[in-house]
Amino acid sequence: MKSRVPLRDLVAAAGILNSCAAWAATPSTSTFSHASTPAREVNDLSFFVLTISAGIFLGVSVLLVYALFRYRARPGDTTEPPQVFGSVQIELAWTIIPILIIVMLFLGTARVLFSVQDARKPASAVDVTVVGHQFWWEFHYPQYNVVTANELHVPVSSAASPRPTFMKLTSADVIHSFWVPQLAGKTDLLPNRVNEMWIDPQSTGLYVGQCAQFCGTQHAKMLLRVYVDSPEGFQQWIAQQQKAQAEITADTQSSASTPINERDGQTVFEQQACINCHTVAGTVANGRFGPDLTHLMSRATLAAGATPNTPENLRAWIDDPTIFKPGSLMPAMHLTGRQNDQITAYLLTLK
Amino acid sequence: MGTDTPGIPIAGGIEAGLDRTRPHGTRGTYLEVVHSWVVTVDHKKLGILYISYALIFLVVAGVEALLIRIQLSIPHNTFVSAASFNRLFTMHGTTMVFLVGMPILFGFGNYLIPLMIGARDMAFPRLNAFSFWISAFAGILLYYSFIGGVGLSGTGSAPDVAWFAYAPLTERAFSPGHTVDYWAVSLIASGIGSIGTAINILATVFCMRCKGMTLMRIPLLPWLYAVVSFLVLVAVSPLTAAQAMLMIDRYLGGHFFDTQAGGSAILWAHFFWIFGHPEVYVLVLPAFAFANEIIPVFSRKAIFGYSAMVAASVCIAFISLGVWAHHMFTIGMTSFGNAFFTLSTMLVSIPTGIKTFNWLATIWGGKIRFETPMLFSIAFIFQFVIAGLTGIMLSISAWNWQTHNSYFVVAHFHYVLVGAIVFMIFAALYYWYPKMTGRMLDEHLGKWHFWLMVIGFHITFDTMHIPGLLGMPRQIYTYEPDRGWATLNMVISVGGFIQGIAVLIFVYNLVHSYFRGETAGADPWDAWTLEWSIPSPPPAYNFAADPVVSSRRPLWDLKHPEDQDAPYE
Repeated sequence: MKSRVPLRDLVAAAGILNSCAAWAATPSTSTFSHASTPAREVNDLSFFVLTISAGIFLGVSVLLVYALFRYRARPGDTTEPPQVFGSVQIELAWTIIPILIIVMLFLGTARVLFSVQDARKPASAVDVTVVGHQFWWEFHYPQYNVVTANELHVPVSSAASPRPTFMKLTSADVIHSFWVPQLAGKTDLLPNRVNEMWIDPQSTGLYVGQCAQFCGTQHAKMLLRVYVDSPEGFQQWIAQQQKAQAEITADTQSSASTPINERDGQTVFEQQACINCHTVAGTVANGRFGPDLTHLMSRATLAAGATPNTPENLRAWIDDPTIFKPGSLMPAMHLTGRQNDQITAYLLTLK
Repeated sequence: MGTDTPGIPIAGGIEAGLDRTRPHGTRGTYLEVVHSWVVTVDHKKLGILYISYALIFLVVAGVEALLIRIQLSIPHNTFVSAASFNRLFTMHGTTMVFLVGMPILFGFGNYLIPLMIGARDMAFPRLNAFSFWISAFAGILLYYSFIGGVGLSGTGSAPDVAWFAYAPLTERAFSPGHTVDYWAVSLIASGIGSIGTAINILATVFCMRCKGMTLMRIPLLPWLYAVVSFLVLVAVSPLTAAQAMLMIDRYLGGHFFDTQAGGSAILWAHFFWIFGHPEVYVLVLPAFAFANEIIPVFSRKAIFGYSAMVAASVCIAFISLGVWAHHMFTIGMTSFGNAFFTLSTMLVSIPTGIKTFNWLATIWGGKIRFETPMLFSIAFIFQFVIAGLTGIMLSISAWNWQTHNSYFVVAHFHYVLVGAIVFMIFAALYYWYPKMTGRMLDEHLGKWHFWLMVIGFHITFDTMHIPGLLGMPRQIYTYEPDRGWATLNMVISVGGFIQGIAVLIFVYNLVHSYFRGETAGADPWDAWTLEWSIPSPPPAYNFAADPVVSSRRPLWDLKHPEDQDAPYE
């Protein structure tokens, strides 16, 4: 198990798989392009297992192909071959050799299993609570009193100054599964239960993944984005997210001829059913059923990665969520075009 | 036992000319024919009913698979809606396991077991008919769901919760309407049928054997079916119980799996997989059973290590009852739990390895005839070795955190279900179709079927491992274009259609050969078990006189009076 790099060179399959990964435009979801300790340990284990499996397959195939060729019936030969009924020694041999292989595979697995699953949490770790919803992700940072959705920000971790992120995972409705292949294997989010996993990303950037447990109509568009920030970048992001938004007093003078403005947008937002489900910290909007919108415009995507967060998409999404995500639990509110423009204008201020 | 002289007591003999292929259209009116099939308690007719029923659903579920593949062939496809896609893959999985796999294997069991052990029928003929008709009802009920609700275009009330139907998605809060009800009730019905058949097979194999057929002289097919029936009894019962609990949750205010009222989602997972994993062996052991009969005949050698084969099958059954939580490595078990199920799962590979090596040793030193049943069996061995190796990879719990619920898993279990089980079902149909109908399947069409199937299979399922390792989860109706999965998915879909063409050729062959096929005679393959001693198709009473055997291969003894098997067994 110590010769990790040479092993990798031995496995022909690895080259093919890695080149397949290269087809993908960045960011990658390949389980082989690891960027965090849990993913790397699993990756090394997988090459060890692939090597042994390839050896077994080659051995059996060569024997089978040889037998098929060597013992094919010759035309015109109608005699029966010698009848052989078995051999205890041979049966024992192909019982004991596989047992030895299994012992080897099991010990290799156990080492990685215990080192990843039972890793101690260092004091420097960032805590995140992940709550799965049909069909989006809610993230809490209890140390910083920050709540966000769908796009997780974590600090980079290095050997010199380790700063892993330890996550507690649970669900508000059905079972989901958190999977960002470059960072770690998946862990399920279950209602009435808290699971744990950790990552320690080694380099900054965007890592993507998605829900890996079928959870209903829009399971496919429950996408996941993890931004690994530099230590300073992460501090800035936290500071930004901690800010509340201001309540703007309603403009009582507003009329149909008033130009579209965010002031009226907030009024519409707070008078319609939006606030039953959405929170904007610092205002009366404190619904918990849908994603927190306090810093909506700091996110790159809408509807758990279903579409880029542009003003046009935002307006279209509010108008009719089924355009991007049929089956989404957010209803079309049947707003007038003007109300829709106003709400969009308001949401665009939530930076 | 070497002093026994077999031969005379085997009714019918193996002499040619005993072909009793009936002239068609001389058996009364259509109504009388239909009536005779509906009220029959004859194990052969019930076996054929099971097999026909399963083949119809094989085509239906195959069409569902092709619709799934069209949708996934390009990213952001809108061929079917998200909701319809979820119904399609749920129905595809449920159908293939419960309405194709189980019935077709029970069909072969029903048809062959009494013939191979020298009996005139199953132990409980009426239970047999009941089991078939309740299973048929289950299938019709499940498919009736397509017509409910918003109807066929939106695919009605067809279940949409995936074939393992994880709670609490199946609870009324998340699945209003009747989608889950169709699923649960039809599985309860088919479960009752399966349990009835399992009891019947156990009683038949252990109580109805002909004179001279000791336990260690039972041909391997009935032996393995006895093991399968034991597994069905133990494994299907928890599934039926879980479905009943689910219905109590949904309609009688229970909270077994209702997490919003304190129920447990993991409880369902345990119930389902304590059924679900043994179920894999319920399906694959009959495939092994076919291989155990076909490979020796076409290698012209006795099976190598008969007693090791029996012992390995029994071992597989017992170990398979202790591995279910390997479907749950990501659900949050402790590290010791994960380690236990890693080891127990790896242990299954030892008896399955013994079987593979025994098939290899049976071929070794033989005189191999490459007719269609043997071609499918050879492909089966190759594909089963690969399926077993990816199975080991999935049992590595730490690696499973990456591969679980990805297309790697989908590729693995299709390698088992198609590459091993469906291939052996095709082999079995080519091998026993002459016995059932009195006519040979066309060998030329058979070769086309085989080669298209092999090529299509490998294009589809070899490729399918890769998107899984590249992070593609299963059960998604579409995917992002920037993930690098698009080309691979197109290749997978093309392979799917090649397999579809292969199956069409096969269906044509089944129908064409029934009317035009070459007459088979009693023993077209020069085989050694009792079913080949009687005419094709066999008379209603099977054996004119009860046979007596003195070895595992009574027809070998008959054909080689100078070289009896008994002294070597």
